[in-house]
Amino acid sequence: MSAVTAQEEATERVIRTFEALPKLASEDPILTRRGRFLTCDIEVGVGAVPLSISIVEGRVVAVRRGPFLLKAHPFSISAEPDVWLRFHQPMPAPGDHDLLALTKTGRARVSGDLVPFMGNLQYIKDLLALPRNLAKPQREAKH
Amino acid sequence: MTPHFEPVVGRYLHLQLSGRPHRLYVEEAGQGIPLVCLHTAGADARQFRHLLNDEAITSHYRVIAFDMPWHGKSSPPEGFEHEEYLLTTATYTQMVVDVCNAMCVDKPVVMGCSIGGRIVLNLAAEHATRFRALIGLESAAYQQPWYDTEWLNRPDVHGGEVCAALVSGLMAPQSPAANRAETLWMYKCGGPGIFKGDLHFYRVDGDLRDVLARIDTQACPLYLLTGEYDFSCTPEDTQRTAAAIPGAEVTVMKELGHFPMSENPAQFRRYILPVLEKIRTQAP
Repeated sequence: MSAVTAQEEATERVIRTFEALPKLASEDPILTRRGRFLTCDIEVGVGAVPLSISIVEGRVVAVRRGPFLLKAHPFSISAEPDVWLRFHQPMPAPGDHDLLALTKTGRARVSGDLVPFMGNLQYIKDLLALPRNLAKPQREAKH
Repeated sequence: MTPHFEPVVGRYLHLQLSGRPHRLYVEEAGQGIPLVCLHTAGADARQFRHLLNDEAITSHYRVIAFDMPWHGKSSPPEGFEHEEYLLTTATYTQMVVDVCNAMCVDKPVVMGCSIGGRIVLNLAAEHATRFRALIGLESAAYQQPWYDTEWLNRPDVHGGEVCAALVSGLMAPQSPAANRAETLWMYKCGGPGIFKGDLHFYRVDGDLRDVLARIDTQACPLYLLTGEYDFSCTPEDTQRTAAAIPGAEVTVMKELGHFPMSENPAQFRRYILPVLEKIRTQAP
């Protein structure tokens, strides 16, 4: 497998996990309540591929894959696919465990209008970490 | 039915700090060597409630934890509404010395976390002979800033929520959810601009790299313990600091972050009990 193919495969894996956000968020009423004052489209970059995550009053109503033509997002959050994969581990390693740990080390970037980002910081951090739950249902199903 | 009270006693201490009368809330429990605990920026002494209730510690130590002025149940000084709160290296250092004097404690151990971990380095440099030992949790002489503190106190972003959200990722994912939530609650309770004012010491006034050469661990032992998940004060920041202090002992704590004593008390005591035991059994 060439390096380019591995990168593309990792990108597709990350996009598939982000595409699960509408369902994952709907299963977390505390999270959606926390985000009830946020209605906007957030751009999330997975390597070179932009996603548009549409949020209405804390609910994730759509995840669309770009490129987007003449579409404005108030703010964007981007990282390489391998960074997102490590961030989404059920028990991430030190330094991979928080969005701001990623931005501090330059492995993720946040740009645009930061007022809605900072005003909803816990919601956004928890929302982007929701794919960590994808590994949990199997454990919980045993109960 | 007998009421279930903790053995912790809370009282208000009146003293002068920086030439002004202050009313400080102080909790203590136990008997023995005084152990004065310094909380993190933007929080209060509730962070140490598990230590105050730990018989393995209070059977040998008189654990004392106070809310800094403007924090927790300690009042701001009269006239505070006409000034901006800004903590400095000088005022913080003198505060610790003055509180120890006012409490009449002789040769205490001082243990501070984060900004408290930073200030113990200055206490070691300037007042080593006053202390039996110094413990810095999440301590470094300097670390790289990772956000603009202007976000902490402005009208269009909720101060309590953003303070808590910023520090929430500094805890280890293994820490129990209830302890993590309580740790963040203290940040949500802070007065407006107080976390930011504490960080004036951390970010603007408190680069202590130049004082490390003056620290003599023969005069006062120095222990530095940092959680592996702390990306604000990283283990590397602490190790870099310790490398400039001959005799400083460093421990990197597994499955802990920036708030070891409150985010996972059970895990923290695995690391702090041996340190306290060593201090207790060594001649002062």
